[in-house]
Amino acid sequence: MGLKMKRNRYVAVRLNEQLGIKRKYTFINRAWLPKILFLWIIFMAFVGRVIYNRMDAENKERRNEVLVSMCDQRARMLQDQFSVSVNHVHALAVLVSTFHYYKNPSAIDQETFAEYTARTAFERPLLSGVAYAERVVNSKREEFERQHGWTIRTMEKEPSPLRDEYAPVIFSQETVSYIESLDMMSGEEDRENILRARATGKAVLTNPFKLLGSHHLGVVLTFPVYKSKLPPNPSEEERIAVTAGYLGGAFDVESLVEKLLGQLAGNQAIVVNVYDITNSSDPLIMYGRQYQDGDFSLSHESALDFGDPFRKHQMICRYLQKAPTSWTAITTASLFFVIGLLVGYMIYGAAIHIVKVEDDFHQMQQLKVRAEAADVAKSQFLATVSHEIRTPMNGVLGMLALLLDTDLSSTQRDFAQTAQDCGKALINLINEVLDRAKIEAGKLELEAVPFNLRSILDEVLSLFSEKSRSKGLELAVYVSDKVPDIVMGDPGRFRQVITNLVGNSVKFTERGHIFVQVHLAEHAKAVLDSKSETCSNVGSEVLVPSGGSQYKTLSGCEVADDRNGWDTFKHLITNEEFKYNTSTKSTATDETSQDVTLMVFVEDTGIGIPLRAQERVFMPFMQADSSTSRNYGGTGIGLSISKCLVELMGGRISFVSRPQVGSTFSFTAAFRTCDKNAVVDPEKSVSDELPVAYKGLKATVVDEKPVRAAVTKYHLQRLGIMVEVVGSIKAAFIVSGQNGSTNSKCKWLPDMILVEKDSWLTGEDDGLDIRKFDWKQNGQMFDLPKMFLLATNLSSTNLEKAKAAGFSDTVIMKPLRASMVAACLQQFFGMGKTSQQENMRKGSAFLRSLLCGKKMLVVDDNMVNRRVAAGALKKFGADVKCAASGKAALSLLELPHDFDACFMDIQMPEMDGFEATRRIRVMESKENEQQGEGECVIEGTTKKMQWHLPILAMTADVIHATYDECLRCGMDGYVSKPFDEENLYQAVAKFFESEPVN
Amino acid sequence: MDVGQLQRRFVEYTSSLFHEGVLDAQFTQLQQLQDESNPEFVFEVVSLFFDDSERILNDLTRALDQKIVDFKNVDSHVHQLKGSSSSIGAQRVKNACIAFRNYCEEQNTEACLRCLQQVKQEYSLAKNKLDSLFRLEQQIVAAGGAVPMVGC
Repeated sequence: MGLKMKRNRYVAVRLNEQLGIKRKYTFINRAWLPKILFLWIIFMAFVGRVIYNRMDAENKERRNEVLVSMCDQRARMLQDQFSVSVNHVHALAVLVSTFHYYKNPSAIDQETFAEYTARTAFERPLLSGVAYAERVVNSKREEFERQHGWTIRTMEKEPSPLRDEYAPVIFSQETVSYIESLDMMSGEEDRENILRARATGKAVLTNPFKLLGSHHLGVVLTFPVYKSKLPPNPSEEERIAVTAGYLGGAFDVESLVEKLLGQLAGNQAIVVNVYDITNSSDPLIMYGRQYQDGDFSLSHESALDFGDPFRKHQMICRYLQKAPTSWTAITTASLFFVIGLLVGYMIYGAAIHIVKVEDDFHQMQQLKVRAEAADVAKSQFLATVSHEIRTPMNGVLGMLALLLDTDLSSTQRDFAQTAQDCGKALINLINEVLDRAKIEAGKLELEAVPFNLRSILDEVLSLFSEKSRSKGLELAVYVSDKVPDIVMGDPGRFRQVITNLVGNSVKFTERGHIFVQVHLAEHAKAVLDSKSETCSNVGSEVLVPSGGSQYKTLSGCEVADDRNGWDTFKHLITNEEFKYNTSTKSTATDETSQDVTLMVFVEDTGIGIPLRAQERVFMPFMQADSSTSRNYGGTGIGLSISKCLVELMGGRISFVSRPQVGSTFSFTAAFRTCDKNAVVDPEKSVSDELPVAYKGLKATVVDEKPVRAAVTKYHLQRLGIMVEVVGSIKAAFIVSGQNGSTNSKCKWLPDMILVEKDSWLTGEDDGLDIRKFDWKQNGQMFDLPKMFLLATNLSSTNLEKAKAAGFSDTVIMKPLRASMVAACLQQFFGMGKTSQQENMRKGSAFLRSLLCGKKMLVVDDNMVNRRVAAGALKKFGADVKCAASGKAALSLLELPHDFDACFMDIQMPEMDGFEATRRIRVMESKENEQQGEGECVIEGTTKKMQWHLPILAMTADVIHATYDECLRCGMDGYVSKPFDEENLYQAVAKFFESEPVN
Repeated sequence: MDVGQLQRRFVEYTSSLFHEGVLDAQFTQLQQLQDESNPEFVFEVVSLFFDDSERILNDLTRALDQKIVDFKNVDSHVHQLKGSSSSIGAQRVKNACIAFRNYCEEQNTEACLRCLQQVKQEYSLAKNKLDSLFRLEQQIVAAGGAVPMVGC
């Protein structure tokens, strides 16, 4: 108990440890996840911004380039047009000098000039008009005025004051005719222009100013006209000296540029300003408004060269509209951002998912640990419970064993025997429950021990006999003669399967029979196959029985598997007998150890399995339907376990079932045959010796149902009784009577007649008085055949009747078992004791013969225990020494010693049984080695060369694990405490069987 | 009192012991071990049990009186007692020991003291009953009768 508590606590601690293991995450730190996501978004936003900037910059660049090219284009065109005009003015100057001064008289007058200029005005689109002013020195003014008939006037159209020099306009284009006679020198601008022009000899320009007669800004172009040809590289003075006059033209810059821009594409998009920047600190505007709308962020300046080196001009271009927002850049950047965002979110989502999966995984792990712990707890619970059940059960069994030792009537004995068998079966079942876990874990290993198949089946039968009897079912078992008596295999598992199948059958059958058959597989298969070929013919006959609802089965009820009718069964039996007779010798010779596959049928006439449930019959916890467990109980795990077990035994399980008709389960299992002579194992399950006292007796079985008769015959034959089967009592009498009276040589004189209840009760035989027959027989000097009645259950009236008919006390209740039949016969014939008692006696005697004179050592720290164990062993004649501790035992067992066996307590202070055993084994192996080296025979000892003291553990703990531990540390077996005769017998028998009994 | 009456009383008394659970099957086993060669076997073993148990109970009382209780020591004592009581079939003493050991496992001093009382009680009960059983047996033997075998 304490041990278990400790183990439970250990499990709990381990569970906690496992749960306490720190969670390990693969690579994701969950706390950082949102932060990482946030950083990622920021980063993506930043990258998006960079992309946008770059694209925007590119756009601006392109825009700038466009602007530059447009501006330069405009500037060049303006310049070109301007220079074309200047050139033309130059040409005019040359014209004037040629035709006005070189010709005498002048070839040009106002009219000619006006006409010429008007007609060549297309050549000078930029000039609003041209005029020629002559240089007049003050001394020549009067002459000049007189010649032309007008006075020189100033710009203000007043007569000019006195000056050194004048430059009155003499020729003018019609467009500017209003300036005729005006002194150009009177205007400040013009004067400077004139002075500069005649000094340089080139075209010069004025500052931009508002032109007379229009509000446009304009510049005046002045060209000097020389009287004579100039010398090469003329000086300024020389130029002034030969100057004759000045040709001037007004450039209407505003309309000029307007016109020019109008010719060009894209003039709407840009704003063009033209400046005079001769005075760089104060640029004078020539075109365009100073303050106007436009995109001030971007502008381009193009230099203009109008041919006047003194003046500098400049064109500034600007976009009219602000740069349009770059949708491409915005779209691209935002798209990138969105994609980045999505990618980030996806990764985030994946990470979250991973975290979740990890969490789930951890949870699962915890659950798994918990489930495993629960499993362990379950196993421990099972172990505990089974232990707790076992303890009282041992009491029950012990008491039953004691009861069987007392003087009982055969019925009482049978009851007690049945109770004991059932108790033992219960203990086995508990073990099987424990093993169920093993099956599920796939850890089950099958034993391979010799066992008696028939007695196993008898035990199963006895387990269910009470139940079947109360239900009125025929329960019968038949084992083919070909099946060897003893096979190697796992009796427990075999029994478990059979028990399960029969248990199910009993559970689900309300009328009819349950029939267990065992045949050799190949044999059964051969017969069944040959039978199934003709099944179509036979089947129709069977299905439509002529005489009422009687089928040729055990109880007359219909069964699911038609092939199992009498026809097949007959074949099986007859074939068997034939084969058995011929092949016994041959099999006996090569019967060393060969495989034998058995086929087992469990046939019932129960409710059957519904068709829809048939496919999941072997699935665990599945029952035909939910009402099944309500009506019949059970867990539904039995068949699945049976299936596992059968498969472990190298066989297959299958079934045929028809609802409301019944089911027939059949399975095969592979065993090994085993030489009977070699088996000297006195274990009970193997040598379930049936009494041999009935050998040679003859019996007549009266039964109209051949299958049932065959079963009865089988059981009787096992007792060595020769059997004749007849259909009715009358026939029985006729057979025996005839034989008896006429032919004494081959007479059939039955020692007993076994009458089936049904046969007896049928009308034909009912009137027949058996005693009458007895009398008759008596008169003929024969031994009276004993009459037995075979019945499943008998009503009290029938019992009375049976007694009246002479069956008093000779009713054999079914199901039949060889041992039970023997007991009944014994009671009637008064031969010998019951087998069980014999066995017990034999056991005690055997034990005595085994232990008598043997020297035993009992090691136990508990004085009382020691005394009891010693007492028990002494009872069987052993010479017992006691030791109170492991150490004392070791000193007693110093080699050489003369002990034959040692019983060792496990739980002892200081040195426990395991440790003590280990040391003893070490001691022994040392000694053995030395002996092996020395190769000498110790004198005066009959002991074997090899030291190996049988050590048996004594323990109150009968858990399997303890047993395993015992074996691990070198013990040879164990005896459960407190001592029990049978237990002791079993444990001890193993070690002394081979030694000669003194 | 004649032998028959004594024997009947003996049988009744013994079955009452079994019935009350003072004794169990092991005692029967013990009785079976007694035969001509060893006529005093049961008495001998039971006396041993009494001596042993009294020693153990004293030890236990002392061990549990300590300020710091050595539960391992207590447990081993109780184990001893359990072993010997189960050997002679003193079922109720054994059961009390099992409960005792559980509390030892839990290191529950109070419960252990309670259990000790319980064990002592059961022990004295068993001792009284067995003593009177032996007295009865002696009377039967003195009267020249055979001691009948009684199972539970």
